[in-house]
Amino acid sequence: MAVLLLAEMAGGALALDATAKAVTAAAKLGDVTALVCGPKSAAEIAATIEGVSKVLVCEDAAVAHGLAENVTRLILDQAQGFTHIVAPAGNSGRNILPRVAALLDAMVMTDVTEVIAPDTFKRPIYAGNAIQTVQSLDPVKVLSIRTTGFDAAGTGAAAPVETVALSAVSDLSAHVEDKVVSSDRPELTSAKVVVSGGRGIGSEENFALVSSLADKLGAAVGASRAAVDSGFASNDLQVGQTGKVVAPDLYIAVGISGAIQHLAGMKDSKVIVAINKDVDAPIFQVADYGLVADLFDAVPALTEAV
Amino acid sequence: MKILVPVKRVIDYNVKVRVKSDGSGVDLANVKMSMNPFDEISVEQAIRLKEAGIATEVVVVSVGEKKAQEILRTALAMGADRAILVEADTGDDIEPLTVAKILAKVVADEAPELVIAGKQAIDNDMNATGQMLAALLGWGQATFASQVDVADGKASVTREVDGGLQTVSVKLPAVITTDLRLNEPRYASLPNIMKAKKKPLEEKTAADYGVDLSPRLKVLATEEPAGRAAGIVVGSVDELMGKLKEQGLV
Repeated sequence: MAVLLLAEMAGGALALDATAKAVTAAAKLGDVTALVCGPKSAAEIAATIEGVSKVLVCEDAAVAHGLAENVTRLILDQAQGFTHIVAPAGNSGRNILPRVAALLDAMVMTDVTEVIAPDTFKRPIYAGNAIQTVQSLDPVKVLSIRTTGFDAAGTGAAAPVETVALSAVSDLSAHVEDKVVSSDRPELTSAKVVVSGGRGIGSEENFALVSSLADKLGAAVGASRAAVDSGFASNDLQVGQTGKVVAPDLYIAVGISGAIQHLAGMKDSKVIVAINKDVDAPIFQVADYGLVADLFDAVPALTEAV
Repeated sequence: MKILVPVKRVIDYNVKVRVKSDGSGVDLANVKMSMNPFDEISVEQAIRLKEAGIATEVVVVSVGEKKAQEILRTALAMGADRAILVEADTGDDIEPLTVAKILAKVVADEAPELVIAGKQAIDNDMNATGQMLAALLGWGQATFASQVDVADGKASVTREVDGGLQTVSVKLPAVITTDLRLNEPRYASLPNIMKAKKKPLEEKTAADYGVDLSPRLKVLATEEPAGRAAGIVVGSVDELMGKLKEQGLV
């Protein structure tokens, strides 16, 4: 068994945490070769991940922004001999892997949370309200890994790095620009602590209450769809079925009612704290610690107390 | 310009899903079904492009059971011009690869310049059909769109990506998949619902297109997710801090 793993990139650098977690899952399937679309410096970091036996790097500008048409071509160029093609289930993997799978005439399996056997996997359906075990009948398995389900592989290895070329550049699509929100806070999906705000926050200005608590805790900031739709927070902070899936050690939900779609993105957190003035809010059903209080009193007090 | 919009009939997003006790799947008996929310956004976007004079015709298509007619009528009531139902009753959820293969045949017949699909169906949460269709057609793709501008044989699409937003320009014909913030779908008015009953709805079957429906993924089990132990209600911020400190979390 041999696995080709598409490394996750963020702003031209390796997203080490997401990639190392996917390596843990991939190593259960076979020998792991990582494919890096970016600079050699990123490939050298990928080469330190334990469990990676080889790194392929493509420095072609055509794959630098993760365009699906070109990255798919690159993966297919390299796919010979691999039994599995894997990527972390971020928006990049979600964009690219189904395209790869279709061209291999395989059915992709997305957001895999558990590896049962090299052809059998668990994945959530219906916003995580059911977990399905599926066995792939395809000769080559194409799957994305929900990284919250796996611990990050350690670093300290030194796998060989080999440069590869893209066989043909597609003109079907072109990159125009990235508008990436830069922040000193930890990255949402890999943070140990996440503080999220919901509709109850009431305004974009009030969202500072959430940010202040997060900064005091060294936490990432998240938001419910209601908060994002209301313009209180930017879309890349959305936690839920169609946003990001997080599983930190501590998740603090502030003014979030707890719609199923939000719970789908955070209910695997180790400890959940809910602060909401509505005692009947569904968020209290998944919370380890519930505080029924006005968030405008409780959150500043908590920020003070930390 | 003709736009093709694939739509799927799924469990309504407000319904609490229950897993059958024998582990054979989820209970869909007597449950409210609706158009997949992302597909509503796709229909809305196509109609807006028509209203803006960019598109000339909006064709909606659903691949699945006969009951999908209901959501095709909803799309027609929203403003789509005509509908195609491709009956492909697999007795279970139909895989995105199969749907993409059938849609590729529909595209060959209809020759649209743009396909606008929802980014994922909220039942299997696979997030794959649009990308697979683009691959099979050899078209470009722009997924997770939060803004779409069509001009000069190209679509400029702002995509929701992990760190923020990315804008790509994709040559037409192309496949776009829609994200939540692209638009707010309209409600169909009563007169439009009545009018929609007279709009054309063509019925086909998967056999007409010669696509094999056998699944590639064998579902071995469907189970409830692990539950969480009941939590406790704390009376104050101090008590909460005490609990979090006890566990070494702050």
